Amino acid sequence: MTSTSPTEQSETHVAPQADHGDPARTWLGRIAEGRAWLFLAGLIICFEVWSRASFGATFVLNPFNVQSIAIFAVAPLLLATGQTFVIISGGIDLSLGFIMGLAAVVAAHATNLAGAAMPVPLAMMVGILAAVIVAGVPGMINGLLISRLRIPPFIGTLGMFGVARGAAFLLAGGTTVPVQNSWFALLGNGRFYGVPYLVIIAAVFVVAMHYILSQTRFGQHNYAIGANVQAARRAGIDIRGHILRLYVLSAMCAGLGGALYAARFTAGAAQAGEPLLLDSVAAVVIGGASLFGGSGTIFGTVAGALVIAVIQYGLVFVNVEPFWQFIAVGVVIIISVLIDQAQRRFSGARQDE
Amino acid sequence: MNSPGQTTPLLEVRNLSKHFGAVRALNDFSMVVRPGEVVALAGDNGAGKTTLIKAISGVFQPTGGEILLRGQPVTFATPHEAREKGIETIYQDLALADNLSIGANIFLGREPMRKAFGFLPVLDRKAMAVAAKKTMGRLDFHVSRLDAPVSNFSGGQRQAVAIGRAVYWDAQILIMDEPTAALGVPEQRKVISLIHQLKAQGRGVIFISHNLLDIFAVSDRIIVLRRGVQAGERKISETNHDEVVKLMVGG
Repeated sequence: MTSTSPTEQSETHVAPQADHGDPARTWLGRIAEGRAWLFLAGLIICFEVWSRASFGATFVLNPFNVQSIAIFAVAPLLLATGQTFVIISGGIDLSLGFIMGLAAVVAAHATNLAGAAMPVPLAMMVGILAAVIVAGVPGMINGLLISRLRIPPFIGTLGMFGVARGAAFLLAGGTTVPVQNSWFALLGNGRFYGVPYLVIIAAVFVVAMHYILSQTRFGQHNYAIGANVQAARRAGIDIRGHILRLYVLSAMCAGLGGALYAARFTAGAAQAGEPLLLDSVAAVVIGGASLFGGSGTIFGTVAGALVIAVIQYGLVFVNVEPFWQFIAVGVVIIISVLIDQAQRRFSGARQDE
Repeated sequence: MNSPGQTTPLLEVRNLSKHFGAVRALNDFSMVVRPGEVVALAGDNGAGKTTLIKAISGVFQPTGGEILLRGQPVTFATPHEAREKGIETIYQDLALADNLSIGANIFLGREPMRKAFGFLPVLDRKAMAVAAKKTMGRLDFHVSRLDAPVSNFSGGQRQAVAIGRAVYWDAQILIMDEPTAALGVPEQRKVISLIHQLKAQGRGVIFISHNLLDIFAVSDRIIVLRRGVQAGERKISETNHDEVVKLMVGG
C-alpha cells in the first residue's frame, strides 16, 4: 500500500504530459535507423579510395561493377525480403535457402517439361509459376507447424531445412538440371537499357513487398505480433492465420529467388540457396531489424543486402583474399547490433523502467 | 450516451456462479453498475474477483446465473463478443503493441483504409492520427507527436492509451483490473483522474484494486468478495477503511 495522502489530491485532474521528445535522442534514433545506408555509403567510399590508390581505377563509377553488385545482391535480397517479414513477427525462417534450391530445380524441370508442349515464352511462365507455387508448400507446412502445433520457428524451419534439402536433391537426381529455354536464359542474362532484367524484377518485387509491409493490415499486424502477441490477440487479430500466411509468403519469396537463379545460370541446383540463408538473416539485421521482433523495414533490408554484396564484390575487386569477406560481414553484423542496442537503451527504453 | 439519472442499470449480474469441478470460485453473486458509476471490487487473493470479471468479459462461461446489459439478457461465447457489445477490459499488464503509435494501437485489428492514387488500398494513418488526437483529448491527454511509438510514453500514459482505445470504440462498461498496480504514485493519480473522466462521460466502470486509497478516491460503491460470495456492499460515502478491511478478512 502506498503512503500518499488520500482522496483530495487525486481529485485534481493531472493532465498527463505525453511528450518525451528530446531532439538529441531523436537524432541518434535517426542515425541508428538509417545505419545500413550509412554503412553502405562508407563502404563504397572506402572501396573507391582503395581502388584509386591501388589501381588508379574507379570502383563505383564503373557501370560494370554496379551491374555486377546489383545482380549479385538479387538472390540474397529476395530471401531477405521474406526473412524481414518473419523476423519482424518475432520468428525466423531457416528453411529459405533450401526452399530456394528446391524452387530452382522445380523451375528447371517444369520449364523443360512445359517446353515440349507449348511455346517457349509460355513454358518460361509455367516454370516460374511452378517454382513459386511449389515453394509455398514447405512454407505452408512451416506455418502450420508454428501456428497450430506451436513448434518454435527456429526448430520447425530447421526441420524443414532438412526436408527441403533432401527433396531438392532427390528431385534434381543429385546433379544440376540444365534448362532448355531461350527466353528463360534471356530473362536471366538480358538487359533493358543496361539494367539487367533480374534487377528490374527484384526492384519491382521489393517495392511491392514494401507496400505490403508498410501500408496494409497484414504488415501492421505483423509489427504488432512481433511486439506483443498477447496484445495482438486481444485486439482480435487472427494470429494463426497470420502466421500461416507469413511463412507461405516468405517461402514464395525464396521460390521467386530460386526461379531467377535458374534463369541466371540456365540450370536448377539444389544447393542454389545454401550459402544465402545466413546472408539473408544478416541483411535483415544489418538493415535495422531486431531479432526479438517488432522492428525492421524492407528498405533497411535492401541496404543490408547491398552492404553484404558490396563487401563481397569489393574485396574481390581490390584483390583481397576472399576469406576476408566472412570476417568483414561478421564485423558489420556485430557493429550493427551494437548500434541497435545503444539506440534502444537511450531512446526506446520505457520511462518507468 | 446515457445520462447518469437513468434508471435501467448498464450492467446487471444476477446470481452468477462459476464452478471449477468442486471448487466454487464464484457463488450466487449479484451486482449492478449504473451509467456514470464506478463500482470497486475488493477482496483478498482468491476471493473470486478475477473469476467474476472473466465471466463478465466473456473469457469464461458462467455455470449459472445471468448477465443483463441495459436490461437485456446476454451471453458471450468469446471476449470478442463482449467487446462488440461494449464491455472492454483494461489489463494491468498494458496490452499495447509498444512499437506502434497511439493511433495504430487504438485501431489495431480494425485499421481504416483509404485508396491511394484512386485504386491502391493503403492504411489511413492520417485518420488514425486524427482520431487518436481527438480521443486522447477527450481524456485530457494532449499529444503532439502522434507518430511516436507508445514505448516512448510512461506506464500511466500507456494505460491512458489503453483506456483511449476503449473510449474510441465506445465501450460503455470498462473493467479495469488493477490499472494502477504497475505504476508509480504520480502515474496512479493520472489513471485515477482518467477514471473520473470516464465517469463524467456516463460510462460504467468496474474497478478492481488492492489499494483502498485508490478505491476511496474514485469509487461510488464498493463490493467486497470473500471466498466466492459477496461479503458486503457499501456506499463509499457511508463506509471507511476499517470496515472494508473487516469485510475482506471476515472479522
